[in-house]
Amino acid sequence: MASLPTTAAEIAAAVSSGSVTASEVLEQHLAAITARETDVHAFNLITTDTARQHASRIDADVAAGKPVGVLAGVPLALKDNMCTHGVETTCSSRILQGWKPPYDATVVQRLRDAGAIMVGKTNLDEFAMGSSTENSAFGPTKNPLDLSRVPGGSSGGSAAAVAAGFSAVSLGSDTGGSIRQPAALCGVVGVKPTYGLVSRYGLVAFASSLDQIGPFANTVYDAALVTEVIAGHDSMDSTSIPQPAPNLRSAVSQGVARMRIGRVTDLPGGAEPEVMQRLEDAFEVLAAAGAEIVDVTLPSIEYALTAYYLIAPAEASSNLARYDGVRYGLRAPASEVNAMYGATRAAGFGDEVKRRIMLGTYALSAGYFDAYYGKALKVRRLIADDFDRAYTQVDAILTPTSPMVAFPFGDKVEDPMAMYLCDVYTIPSNLAGHPAMSVPFGTGAHKLPVGIQIMAPALGEIPMFRVAGVLEDAARGLS
Amino acid sequence: MASPSSGSSISAADVIKVSRLARLDIDDAQVEHFTQQLAKVLEHFTDVDALDLSDVQPMTQAYPLSNVLRQDVEQPCLDRDEVLAAAPHAEDGRFRVPTINGEA
Repeated sequence: MASLPTTAAEIAAAVSSGSVTASEVLEQHLAAITARETDVHAFNLITTDTARQHASRIDADVAAGKPVGVLAGVPLALKDNMCTHGVETTCSSRILQGWKPPYDATVVQRLRDAGAIMVGKTNLDEFAMGSSTENSAFGPTKNPLDLSRVPGGSSGGSAAAVAAGFSAVSLGSDTGGSIRQPAALCGVVGVKPTYGLVSRYGLVAFASSLDQIGPFANTVYDAALVTEVIAGHDSMDSTSIPQPAPNLRSAVSQGVARMRIGRVTDLPGGAEPEVMQRLEDAFEVLAAAGAEIVDVTLPSIEYALTAYYLIAPAEASSNLARYDGVRYGLRAPASEVNAMYGATRAAGFGDEVKRRIMLGTYALSAGYFDAYYGKALKVRRLIADDFDRAYTQVDAILTPTSPMVAFPFGDKVEDPMAMYLCDVYTIPSNLAGHPAMSVPFGTGAHKLPVGIQIMAPALGEIPMFRVAGVLEDAARGLS
Repeated sequence: MASPSSGSSISAADVIKVSRLARLDIDDAQVEHFTQQLAKVLEHFTDVDALDLSDVQPMTQAYPLSNVLRQDVEQPCLDRDEVLAAAPHAEDGRFRVPTINGEA
C-alpha cells in the first residue's frame, strides 16, 4: 500500500481531492490502535463502527463532488470529559460510568461539521484532576514512548493517542496545564487557547474560571488548523468571547523577526538541568531568527501554585455538587435522600477528587472564605498584573512546559504536593486567562522529549504560533 | 470578627464537618488520611501571608464580560425522555428520589 498522509492538513487535502479515501486513512489508524492500544490504554471507548460510517459518508460526498470540510477524513480523539450525543462520556469516573449525554459539546459539533472523524473517547485523570492519568478510575494510560512512564495528565489519553498514531489530532482540556504538560511528556504539540476563545459548552466542568479546551497535534500547523475550527463565539457559553476565530495557519510560517521574547529571570526553580538547557537552546534559535530576547520579571508567580490549589478545588467543590445520584450516573441504594447523596458520592468519586472536594468545601466554608479563597483571588490578580507589565516589554514569554520529562508510574502518587509541582510553569497562564502552548524541542534525561512553553497575552495566539513555527523548524534539526 | 489566619491547621473535627457539608461519607481511616493531606496543602498557603494584599482587588474573571444575555425567544431544548432515560430512577416523567425528611 502506498504511504498515506499523516498530518491533519495533508489528510484533509488528500481526502478532499480524492487522492486517498477517508476510509483508507481511518483503517490505518484503526490498525495502529489494534496493534498498540492494549499496551497504551489511551481510550475509554473506541467508536469503530460510527467512525467507519462517517468515513464512508465523507467518501461518498467527495465522489459526488459535494463540498467537504477543512478536516475532511481527519481521525480525531476526544478527551472523555466532552459530551458526545448518545456516546458514553465518563470523565474516567465511576460516578458517570455509563452516562450517555443528550447533546454534543460545541467543539464536537464544529469538528464533525468540518469533517473530522471521531475514533474514540480518551482516558484522563478523574474529572481532569491530576498530572499523570494515574487518577483514572479505569486504570492509567501509558506513555507510548516508554510504557513504564506516565503520559502526563490530565489529558494523558489524548496526548498518547496522537503520539501513538491512533488519531491525527485530539482535543484535551486545560485547567492548570492538562493539555500542555502531557503534550510535553509525549513529544507532541498542545495548545491552551485564551480563556473564552473556545466554547466550553458540553465540557464537563472542573474549575469554570480556568477550564479551556484545546488541541493536540503532531505539527504546529495542525494545531493551528484545529484551533481555528473550534474557536469563535458560541451563544451557549456565556464566557465565550464575542469575536470570530483568528487566522492562525498563516502565522505559523511568519517567522519571529523583530519580535520581543521574554526570558523570566525569577522563574521558580526545580526544573531538570537538561530541561533548562533546552530552554536556553530555544532562546538561541529565536535570537538567530531575528527575535530580541528581553529579561522580564514575574515576581508573583512563585505564589501561583498555592493560589491555584485553592481556587481550582473551590470551584470544583461547587461544580461537582451536581453528582448527587438524582439526574445521571451512579446511585447508591439508601432509604433516605441525604444518606443516598453521601453514599453515592463516597462510592462514585476517587481519592483525588474527594481530596479536592474536601479542600474546596473547606476553603469556601463560613469563617474560612476570606482567609483562603478571598486571598487566593487577590494573588490571582497580582499574577495577572505581573503579566500585564511584562507584556508591555515583550510579545511572548518562553519557559519550560514541565519541570521534568515523563516520570515512572507511582513516583508521585503518595505525595499530592509533589504531583501538583508538575504544573508550576503552566498554572500562571490559566490564572491570567492567557493562551499558552507546548512545542516539542529536543530531549532531556533518558532521551525523553522536552516541551518548551510559549505564553502570550490574551488573544495573543498569532504571536504565539509565530514563535511555535520557528521552534518546530529548529527542533526538526535536533532529532 | 477577625478572620482566622490562613496558617490555622485543619483538625479531624473540621474534616468531619466538611465531609458533611460536601455530602461525602468518609470512614475513620479516611478522616485521618484527609486531615494529614489537607493540612499539608494548606500549610503551603501560609506562603501567601508574606504578600501585602490589603489594596488588591480579587480577580474573579479571566476575561471580563458583563451582561451576557440573549433575546428572550423560544429555543430548542433537550429531549425530556432522553434526559430522564439517563437518570438512575425516573417515574411519571420525573426524577424519583428516596424519602425526604421522613415523608414517603
